[in-house]
Amino acid sequence: MPGLVPGIHVLGAPSEDVDGRDKPGHDDVEKIVVPMYERIRDCSAADGEGGTPSTKPSPRLTCSCVPPRILQTSAQPAALLPRRFQQWFAARGWSPRAHQLALLEKAREDASALLIAPTGAGKTLAGFLPTLVELSTEAAERNAGAKQGLVSTGRSVQRTGGLHTLYISPLKALAVDIARNLERPIAEMGLPIKVETRTGDTPVSRRQRQRRYPPDVLLTTPEQLALLLSSDDAPFLFSSLKRIVLDELHALVTSKRGDLLSLGLARLWRLAPRMRAIGLSATVAEPDQLARFLVPQPGGKQAAADIVIAGGAAPPEVEMLDTRERLPWAGHSARHALPEIYELIKANRTTLVFVNTRSQAEMLFQNLWSMNDDGLAIALHHGSLDVAQRRKVEDAMSAGRLRGVVCTSSLDLGVDWGDVDLVVNIGAPKGSSRLMQRIGRANHRLDEASRAVLVPANRFEVLECRVAIDAIAENAQDTPPLRTGGLDVLAQHVLGCACGEPFLSDDLYAEIRSAAPYADLSRQDFDDVVDFVASGGYALKTYERFARIKQDKEGRWRVANPKVRQSYRMNVGTIVEDDMLKVRLVRSRGGGQGKAGGSTGVIARGGRLLGEIEEAFIEGLSPGDTFVFSGEVVRYETLVEDQVYVSRAHDKDPKVPSYMGGKFPLSTYLAERVRRLLDDGRAWGGLPEQVRDWLSLQKDVSQVPAVRELLVESFPRANKHYLVCYPFEGRLAHQTLGMLLTRRLERARARPLGFVANEYAVAIWGLGDLSFMIRDGRIDLNALFDPDMLGDDLEAWLAESALMKRTFRNCAIISGLIARRHTGEEKTRRQVLFSTDLVYDVLRKHQADHVLLRAARADAATGLLDLRRLGDMLARIHGRITHRELDRVSPLAVPVMLEIGRESVYGEAADELLAEAANELVKEAMG
Amino acid sequence: MTVGAQVSGDVDDMRVSRVTISDVSFTADLSGALFWEEQRLLVVSDLHLEKGSSFATRGVLLPPYDTIATLGRLAAVISRHDPRIVIALGDSFHDRTAHQRLSSDDRDAVTALQTGRDWIWISGNHDPMLPRDLGGTVADEVAIGPITFRHEPSGARGEIAGHLHPKARVSARGRSMERRCFVSDGMRAVMPAFGAYAGGLSIRDAAFAKIFPTNGFVAHLLGDRRVHAIAASRCS
Repeated sequence: MPGLVPGIHVLGAPSEDVDGRDKPGHDDVEKIVVPMYERIRDCSAADGEGGTPSTKPSPRLTCSCVPPRILQTSAQPAALLPRRFQQWFAARGWSPRAHQLALLEKAREDASALLIAPTGAGKTLAGFLPTLVELSTEAAERNAGAKQGLVSTGRSVQRTGGLHTLYISPLKALAVDIARNLERPIAEMGLPIKVETRTGDTPVSRRQRQRRYPPDVLLTTPEQLALLLSSDDAPFLFSSLKRIVLDELHALVTSKRGDLLSLGLARLWRLAPRMRAIGLSATVAEPDQLARFLVPQPGGKQAAADIVIAGGAAPPEVEMLDTRERLPWAGHSARHALPEIYELIKANRTTLVFVNTRSQAEMLFQNLWSMNDDGLAIALHHGSLDVAQRRKVEDAMSAGRLRGVVCTSSLDLGVDWGDVDLVVNIGAPKGSSRLMQRIGRANHRLDEASRAVLVPANRFEVLECRVAIDAIAENAQDTPPLRTGGLDVLAQHVLGCACGEPFLSDDLYAEIRSAAPYADLSRQDFDDVVDFVASGGYALKTYERFARIKQDKEGRWRVANPKVRQSYRMNVGTIVEDDMLKVRLVRSRGGGQGKAGGSTGVIARGGRLLGEIEEAFIEGLSPGDTFVFSGEVVRYETLVEDQVYVSRAHDKDPKVPSYMGGKFPLSTYLAERVRRLLDDGRAWGGLPEQVRDWLSLQKDVSQVPAVRELLVESFPRANKHYLVCYPFEGRLAHQTLGMLLTRRLERARARPLGFVANEYAVAIWGLGDLSFMIRDGRIDLNALFDPDMLGDDLEAWLAESALMKRTFRNCAIISGLIARRHTGEEKTRRQVLFSTDLVYDVLRKHQADHVLLRAARADAATGLLDLRRLGDMLARIHGRITHRELDRVSPLAVPVMLEIGRESVYGEAADELLAEAANELVKEAMG
Repeated sequence: MTVGAQVSGDVDDMRVSRVTISDVSFTADLSGALFWEEQRLLVVSDLHLEKGSSFATRGVLLPPYDTIATLGRLAAVISRHDPRIVIALGDSFHDRTAHQRLSSDDRDAVTALQTGRDWIWISGNHDPMLPRDLGGTVADEVAIGPITFRHEPSGARGEIAGHLHPKARVSARGRSMERRCFVSDGMRAVMPAFGAYAGGLSIRDAAFAKIFPTNGFVAHLLGDRRVHAIAASRCS
């Protein structure tokens, strides 16, 4: 293995997808940000260099105006900015940006606002300016007369002044850095403003002090907000609140953390009716929807905050790598383009190389390093790396010491590095908004174009890159729509509410419906959730005496005992960690093949710690299987408690792929564009010659999928019969489709053996002659792909689906049915008390409409099973199936066929797998 | 393919597998029960009745349907084999007061199962003090011919025990399957847990090495439609 960049050591743990696992914002996840003055400088002085104030006049940016709610700032800075602030800006040769002034104006109008601005536009300062201005004015008034102190409101004691602004960040580190960076303008302007952070790391003594003597500005995370709201003194703490600033809102609202935050907001609106919100977001497809998140929803109607859109960013320059090499048919490594990627790094000052998964990052980094004859400073950055290692990379990057960083979505958020001049995106872009945000990482000066090169790793990805470039040119956004709030998150919140002041159901229901994601919550769902929180929500009423929350004579709900409160506080949050195992490198026990035999031979304990890996991945391995970890190919030896022992393997390619495609499937929008591109032969001119030839050949031997149809091909190959279809709906929906089709083919006695799915296609194979059966009418393709597969077949599959069980487990944890962390002594993770899979089985049989199963089902619609998308596709292609009977594999089918053996094969029934293992015993017995 | 069927199951009934212990042949039922035809004796282990409500007393409100589910499966296997004797091999109740939480319906269901046959409750570590009013006989262990039935395995020859809740995982090509299983080496056996909420312990755990002196034991995994006999060394 090649050496690493000095001082930058790799400690990696695979995650099935780095996109999902980086969990931006979890209290345990650290990110670095560049000090905020640099952001201020970037956005205020176009040619600011190394802190030297520019003497040239700064270009003023205009807000692009989308009437009627999007603001045209007519006000002059003088009218909005107190003199002290104007002097401060002027002393640095800066002038405030139009959108910064726009937010001040919104504040003056007492309106909530959503600021949509690209990276580097001074978003954060814009969000804080109203607070700083208001507090400086207030302080002046305070000095003039009124003195700070405690006043009795009859019911409780309140402080004059008190908490003014709450800032919520998805990243703990972002909150910490922003606190640090706010100190400078505050100190330089001599503002009497106290700023503090509150995260999981804040010492207990300071937390207590913060509650008694709150700072003016508190910077924290959604989880900490939930904790503060669940305390008795929340009314005292929050009643003075004037302003809340929500950073990276576009990222927060796509997950259950956004649900939790929305419920916290709803509570704040009740505790502090005068509070106004400022949301800071990257560009999204539906700004109006996002703006609803920021204001209370009046019953039956929709309300939204005003929207301010910062304009002025130059459109990015994006191109596709025109490779000299042969384009691979399949795979995600982009190994063919390595020398060209290396040349790009060499030709630019600093390049960010984005990949979609952790294992891709590991592979690419390893390969680049092995060809690094020029000794370029190239580093690796992904979410499974140890925090200290990531900090080192980030510091080296900030100091301008790195030429290239291979990274995952771990750098999608938070970091704002000034000197990146090129972004390289390897593999599928997946979505146009995601890609634009990544490319924005190279945007160190707002009025200069970001530069990006897309490197498709295979032929299908060429199509995806092509349409993504077109989409960017049109500035077409494809961020997902606002979520419908999860019932599991609601259950957690209801318990949190009961931990604070007792509540009446009617009041809480009204409050919750003011949160945009829960605006349509039915009373039935709400009551079921409250019943669940109280005594489990079971039709069999046997747990009343064990209730966690109880009603008093007035009907107010409160926690039954202090242990419930303690348990809530230990389990707050919506991020469910995968079970991780430690990976240690030991010497192989030999035996060459590593042929099974868990305990034959002795493994030396200890061994160097390589990192952590998901338990779920290891469970799929047999001893002797090889996979890539921490930049090398290793052999799985054995599992002892929570330690995985691996040895160094000498295979060039791992036997078991750990590429899992990333959490995010190809966006519906890009999929549609890919279908249109394929259907329109004239548009092929924009594709590389190799790809044009490939598509032309497909046209000759079969046909190219038409935009509104589903192409199904069948052909024999090596004693098996294949059926390949091309829905272009992403891997998750395709996996579900493959499962359901396999069940149906089994019923049709086509004897299916397995299937494989990628982002674009599904291939199923079996022993039955599928072509003949289709010709013969024994298989009716329209019936096979009928949307009714989402009925009974889906039900039958959900009963046993491991993905569904995982979804249920997450809901059970978030809802508080089972605890992540127990009060009292910590159980070791091997002492499993009960299995949620068994609970799922029993609950499904005995109360199929239980609220937790409903929550899991809602998740399955958009999550791991992507049922909604599958349903839309089946409806779209119903009655529009084109079948081609071929005598051999078609050019278009080659990529997905090559995935067989690379991607995990699904669809084998449990009994077949077990029977295979049983046969080995038979062979052994028979000699 | 057919070879596997002959060894791992009855040709007539693929649902079961044969387990021989000290020259006595038992049928390993897909449900997790063991049947001794000659004696018409059915054994089930670790029912853990009322485990759900046991957790509920501590604030973890697991669905209260585990007892119904377990007794329903027990009724099915009893009606399939119509045994003369039923042995519940210990840990039939999840805790010492679990029998008091049985609903009257569930209590009636137990009584109905006991009707017309001998019923033996072997006491386990979870239920060491079984009351007399549950019907049937309470015992610490039972010996019939060369076979001894007790809750905690000692490794003695001819012993059929429970307690450990064996499960085994079989992996192939990046995919894996974990199931409850019987474990046997021809001299002794450990039964899978029968209870709906009973978890499992991997047969690779050291606890099994203490009972099965050689590595050559076999796990009889409960599949979806049949029981599969798989070498323990093939499992993880």
